[in-house]
Amino acid sequence: MSSAAPPEQLKAPLVVEFPFTRSLGPVQSAFLTGLRERTVLGVRTGSGRILVPPVEYDPETAAELTELVRVEPTGTVTTWAWNPEPRTGQPLATPFAWVLVRLDGADTALLHALDAPGPDAVRTGMRVRVRWAAERTGAITDIACFEPSGEGARDVEPAPHTGEFDRPVTGIVAEARLDYTYSPGRAQTRYLHGLAERRTIGERCPSCAKVYVPPRGACPTCGVATTDRVEVGPRGTVTTYCIVNIKAKNLDIEVPYVYAHIALDGAGLALHGRIGGIPYDQVRMGLRVEPVWSEDGRYPDHYRPTGEPDADYDTYKELL
Amino acid sequence: MAKEPVAVVGIGQTKHVAARHDVSIAGLVREAAARALADAELTWADIDAVVIGKAPDFFEGVMMPELYLADALGAVGKPMLRVHTAGSVGGSTALVAANLVAARVHRTVLTLAFEKQSESNAMWGLSLPVPFQQPLLAGAGGFFAPHVRAYMRRTGAPDAIGSLVAYKDRRNALKNPYAHLHEHDITLEKVRASPMLWDPIRYSETCPSSDGACAMVLTDRAGADRAPRPAAWVHGGAMRSEPTLFAGKDFVSPRAGSDCAADVYRQAGITDPRRQIDAVEMYVPFSWYEPMWLENLGFAAEGEGWKLTEAGVTELGGDLPVNPSGGVLSTNPIGASGMIRFAEAALQVRGEAGEHQVDGARRALGHAYGGGAQFFAMWLVGAEPPAG
Repeated sequence: MSSAAPPEQLKAPLVVEFPFTRSLGPVQSAFLTGLRERTVLGVRTGSGRILVPPVEYDPETAAELTELVRVEPTGTVTTWAWNPEPRTGQPLATPFAWVLVRLDGADTALLHALDAPGPDAVRTGMRVRVRWAAERTGAITDIACFEPSGEGARDVEPAPHTGEFDRPVTGIVAEARLDYTYSPGRAQTRYLHGLAERRTIGERCPSCAKVYVPPRGACPTCGVATTDRVEVGPRGTVTTYCIVNIKAKNLDIEVPYVYAHIALDGAGLALHGRIGGIPYDQVRMGLRVEPVWSEDGRYPDHYRPTGEPDADYDTYKELL
Repeated sequence: MAKEPVAVVGIGQTKHVAARHDVSIAGLVREAAARALADAELTWADIDAVVIGKAPDFFEGVMMPELYLADALGAVGKPMLRVHTAGSVGGSTALVAANLVAARVHRTVLTLAFEKQSESNAMWGLSLPVPFQQPLLAGAGGFFAPHVRAYMRRTGAPDAIGSLVAYKDRRNALKNPYAHLHEHDITLEKVRASPMLWDPIRYSETCPSSDGACAMVLTDRAGADRAPRPAAWVHGGAMRSEPTLFAGKDFVSPRAGSDCAADVYRQAGITDPRRQIDAVEMYVPFSWYEPMWLENLGFAAEGEGWKLTEAGVTELGGDLPVNPSGGVLSTNPIGASGMIRFAEAALQVRGEAGEHQVDGARRALGHAYGGGAQFFAMWLVGAEPPAG
């Protein structure tokens, strides 16, 4: 079989999302619990500077920081950027300014959103104040956003604060989500087109002659492109396996079942699949199997015994 | 010009547990780093550079630890590097730090590795729903169990070997105050009666999921001269990688592993590892990997590793103790597990391992691997400075 023309490129969304949890430690716990109580806390460093938001360790000396102070909910914009098209999950649904705000009493600026009618209404040095969220849970979103304030700058000395509150927030859930457009590339696309016809087509390395299934377009050992397409299987040999006795999340398979490495006839390495059509405790190394396709599946649903005699160990010992 | 000799003069670990809800990640790494500094009787100002490693990003969602943790590790105004090699990362992180000292780029380097498994799910991180690909059908241990069966078939090892390793390592962990699992009522019968999860791997033969961090202070000859306690000296260190999958890959005894060990032994002048090495801390996430690695690392001939385990050679009182700390089977903050192996090897030759000290240990091997047997990192440390 010679190399075919590049097939149509496949694409699909890949969404990676997970609710990571975060233990806060003492300083972040006080800061976020404070926001819930409409109190903005900073921390005093060894050199006397007030950092807002507070950090656990002194950026200058690395010393542990514990001296919390309360700063004002008013402040001054130190720089800004207009955001004309807010995305999902951003603080405001209407166009707004990203601002760095130095709160009165603080020496550093906090990043947040400023609700303003347009970029002409925003300037460095403008006075703003916190707009608190109606429902507060102990999160940075307890500050809904900042809004313009007519008041002048205030030179205040921040007051010491114990950082102690009733029902402290000790952890948060940090939802993370990444949206990709996934394209499997030419080699895997050719492989998938073959599977759609229920044929397993690998690619042979012109240097070492091993047949890669699934193909990846290149031989990782020789570092050259795999050019020749070679149909393998459909039959193969169970080279090794395990019996799965615990139910995995998101898998609708009754346990116990056998998860096996299967070297399809002609393939240079084993692929993985489930063995069915035989009691789980009768599966063995060397068992000869063939694929069983489901109606709509892209891959074989499982493999079942062919009834042939078992393969000799020496014929597959390099393919475990 | 010869390389600068590298000395381990400070070691710190957290008490590894299932979940450290009381500290942030910054607080966790800080704890290990502060203990390593205290062990070396140094301060943050004595550190010239910081080298940090952690598990793959999706394992806990911290994408830029070098950015987030600079304050906590006193790295502001200093070079800070991050190393990234899957489960072997703790070992390769230590080697990058050691190489900076050996090359005289920096005199004293703080290196550390961590993971808070409780804040995420490593299995999720390993099974992203990549379109068009068949989902993994077997869960965490299902990746490893077929390789264990292949080892058993290849060597004729009896079924009981895996439980012997688990029983040994869990008992060793009782002597290590930093170990996660402290199963005071462990018996061999309990290991053997534990549920078979991924046949041939039983529940008690698997590693736990831990929160923890490990740190070391590495320094040059002059730094070692000033150190308050004995140093461990690096006699050899190497890393090797190979693809996770390729035609001819040997999962039971990967070539990258044996090549890496051979390189370390050549550097250290080791010609008979079984006789010349006094203690081994190897990365054994499932108990059967002990006999597998004994062969891969040259401590036993092919097919013979299980015989050492069976004969008790690898027990704390045996002549080649393996994982006197309790190993990965007792403590597994994945991102830190490799560095814990390296640090425990160093503790042994410093004579600072406490209750799990191997009597008279002069040379010890620390071993880490990861990424589907893709990455290997090892070092050999000794009680004496390297010759020359």
